[in-house]
Amino acid sequence: MKRSLVSKVLCYVFAVAFILVGWWVTALIVKSPALPTPAATLPVVVQFAGALWPAFWLSTYRVVVSLAIGTVLAVPIALLFARSKRLDALFGPVLYLMYPIPKVVLLPILLVLLGLADAPKIALIAITVFFQVLVAVRDAVKAIPESQILSIRALGAGRWGVYRHVIIPATLPAVFTSLRITTGTAIAVLFFAEAIAGSTGIGYFIMQSWAMVNYPRMFAGIIGLALLGVVLYAIFDAVEHRVTRWR
Amino acid sequence: MANPRSAAPDIAFRGVGLSYEGPDGPIEALHDVTWDIAPGEPVAVIGPSGCGKSTTLHLIAGLMQPTAGTVEVGGRPIGKPRAATSFIPQDLGLFPWKTVFANAALGLKLRGVPRDEMRARTEAALREVQLEGFEKAFPRELSGGMRQRLALARAIAVDMDLLLMDEPLSAIDALLRETLQQTLLELWQRSGHTQVLVTHSIEEAVFLGRRIFVMSPRPGTLVRVIDNPHMGEPGFRDTHDYDECCRVVRRALETGAREEAVR
Repeated sequence: MKRSLVSKVLCYVFAVAFILVGWWVTALIVKSPALPTPAATLPVVVQFAGALWPAFWLSTYRVVVSLAIGTVLAVPIALLFARSKRLDALFGPVLYLMYPIPKVVLLPILLVLLGLADAPKIALIAITVFFQVLVAVRDAVKAIPESQILSIRALGAGRWGVYRHVIIPATLPAVFTSLRITTGTAIAVLFFAEAIAGSTGIGYFIMQSWAMVNYPRMFAGIIGLALLGVVLYAIFDAVEHRVTRWR
Repeated sequence: MANPRSAAPDIAFRGVGLSYEGPDGPIEALHDVTWDIAPGEPVAVIGPSGCGKSTTLHLIAGLMQPTAGTVEVGGRPIGKPRAATSFIPQDLGLFPWKTVFANAALGLKLRGVPRDEMRARTEAALREVQLEGFEKAFPRELSGGMRQRLALARAIAVDMDLLLMDEPLSAIDALLRETLQQTLLELWQRSGHTQVLVTHSIEEAVFLGRRIFVMSPRPGTLVRVIDNPHMGEPGFRDTHDYDECCRVVRRALETGAREEAVR
């Protein structure tokens, strides 16, 4: 246990070192003010932390709320569809056609409908998350062997018991796996939405710095957004581990 | 010899048929099956795959309804799963995300048994199958034989009077399988429940069935009932009666297969 923890920490130390060295070498080769070295960036992040902080929290708020809304809507719908042949036959093709559409193209529509504040951004990310989680959970329910359903019913479970003791625990890992994988996309969509519309959030912070040719400030924003992604990813990864202890 | 307890239910099949819609038209899984199983009687159902033997268990368990005829357990038509029936499916139906204790306690939990009683009865059931000390383990951490015993503990915990088993030992190697068959026999002798065991193993059917129902496929029908009165006697496996009964069952299966070829 202790040994595996030590080796895990060493792996992360190596990973961070690898990324920093790669960044450094690239910066030295490119020699552009748009790509400063790690050493030049760190003081800048500290310098702009005050300005970055409100934008960081606002963006965090948007992503977290979107992830929550997308998940809360997707999971029950996926569970219902996957257990009902008729609903699935009806909506399976709908899902099939909608899933590959890049949801970011809906941004202009959402901007017209919902204005420039939080709502269109949250809606856009939530839609993206919704489809990812919906498909993952639907597939996970379909992978449950029919014998497990028979077994729980034979033990006396009603409709709710089947969900509580079999379907929900069997699909919980898929929820967190899909959330972990979606985090990257969600943050990309967030950046896009904030960069295009409105005057708040890290996306705007980055593009505004870019427009002002304030590259160090821009880089502070990029680091902030990257950090947001890493933290969310790590949280989902940890929860996923927790709910798949039995595997 | 077991003394069939009066509380154990009888099982009556009357002209039972089951058809369902397949990809190429209706499929008849069972056709006109009629049999009576006495209270406390252990019966083995044997036949090749596709003879509907698992379907008969699903019907008795109340997981399906017949499309023809009637299925009665304890004199009552079976509408939904009965509280005192335990069903062990082919893959044992253990839930990998639940610990050994939670798996064994699940039947009691679903019946709304109070917490303290649930704990006591689950612990007693785990003790009976020698799984005490493994309460916090997950099924994946158990050996095949232990998983098998866990499924049995879950069945015992609910104080069942009818035990249905669908090839429960098919994934177990030969030597351990005989030990577990002995466990099943002793359990039945102690509790006197009605028991229906579906198997494809002739030896298992003869060791655990007081009567052996031989079925034949397409559509699944009952072709022969073989009496096995000495089942359960000490050392039965080494007797001439045991070998003889195995021979009779084998011949009945072969005849069934020939008749099917003719049909």
